[in-house]
Amino acid sequence: MSTATVFGLFSAVAAGLGLYGLITNPQPLRKILAFNLLGSGVFLFFGVVARRGAAAGFGGDPVPQAMVITGIVVAFSATALAVALVWRLFQETGRATLNSDASAGARASGADR
Amino acid sequence: MTIALALDAGLAVLVLAVASWTVGARATFPAVVGFVSYGLLLTLVWVRLGAVDVALTEAAIGSGLTGALLLGAAARLRAGEAPAEERPGAILRLVAAALSATVAAALAAAVLFLPDPAPTLAPAAAENAAATGLGNPVTNVLMAFRAMDTMLEKVVLLLALVGVWSLAPDPLWGGRPSPSHQSDPHGVLAFLARLLPPVGIVVGIYILWAGADHPGGAFQGGTILAAMWLLVMMAGLTEPPPVSRRRLRLVLIAGPAVFLIVGLGGLWLDDAFLAYPVAYAKPLILVIEFAMTLTIAATLGLLLAGPPERKLGR
Repeated sequence: MSTATVFGLFSAVAAGLGLYGLITNPQPLRKILAFNLLGSGVFLFFGVVARRGAAAGFGGDPVPQAMVITGIVVAFSATALAVALVWRLFQETGRATLNSDASAGARASGADR
Repeated sequence: MTIALALDAGLAVLVLAVASWTVGARATFPAVVGFVSYGLLLTLVWVRLGAVDVALTEAAIGSGLTGALLLGAAARLRAGEAPAEERPGAILRLVAAALSATVAAALAAAVLFLPDPAPTLAPAAAENAAATGLGNPVTNVLMAFRAMDTMLEKVVLLLALVGVWSLAPDPLWGGRPSPSHQSDPHGVLAFLARLLPPVGIVVGIYILWAGADHPGGAFQGGTILAAMWLLVMMAGLTEPPPVSRRRLRLVLIAGPAVFLIVGLGGLWLDDAFLAYPVAYAKPLILVIEFAMTLTIAATLGLLLAGPPERKLGR
């Protein structure tokens, strides 16, 4: 067992936790949060692969590391877009929920059609 | 089991505990706070994996900016959140747990059965480092060996910003993002917003400059600059610019545009898109990085500020 293996297993559990949160949390903001958790698990998996590829005097393979840096920035921009979508939904309907049933309340009536 | 390994395992358990609390917390605001601490602890994991560049990015963007964005959203959306009783039933939760456990188990199996010795591109990166004259292998990969990824990523950032802006209601198009922030002019926030930016700007530029040979680079430096700008805006010392301002848009496209011009120049002077002439590789990369840092700082700040919410001229 090495450092890379420990954090490799960690990344698997983090991705699983994120997936669970994504499915079970009803609020859109919580889903965005869980999606980021899932993403961080996947990024860490890359980090583990990079760590195992340590060679030529580097602490890790720089190619997956660079891809993760790109990935973190793209994940942030996707999160910002998702938050803006939720905010717009709230402005239109007065509620930030993905539930389109009657329970969405009277305030939403008419606004969504 | 060595001490270091025991510490690693302890860190992993601690971070996972924070992560599961984030998923399970009842209210959104505490969940976001949990997520921020999760991101900061994750930075330690990245350092343990020998990826200091990624650790810096995770701390600045993954935890810091994403945290600020979600905290702001959680505070503004508090009134509109679905109540907790809308949570799915026990059966759905059980199925979701089974599915997530299966995915986690598959990933764990993949970790345990990774090929040994691991395939690596590190020797190739070390061999070709002399071609660019940069000492940081990650910057080499980002700016030279896989420059196409980095350039397209800049375009993705811009597209996300266009997406955020286009969510503004029609009458507000071209206006200023986010409501006007007012803070006590003698308060702590206003004080820090005057004290920190000079230091932060120097640190941001230093991290950009040091990124050539040490951990750091355009992303991390740009994020620090964006944070300083946001701090000044939140303290109400300056207004976010109207999104229709031409100078702002020039800054926003500066990074990808310089990247594209240099890339096309490579097609003309050398024989491939984004090929740098070896004699000018380092200066060219630095020029691109400076333009990129400006663009990253402006784009990240505006992504956080959100769609226009005030009419132009108010």
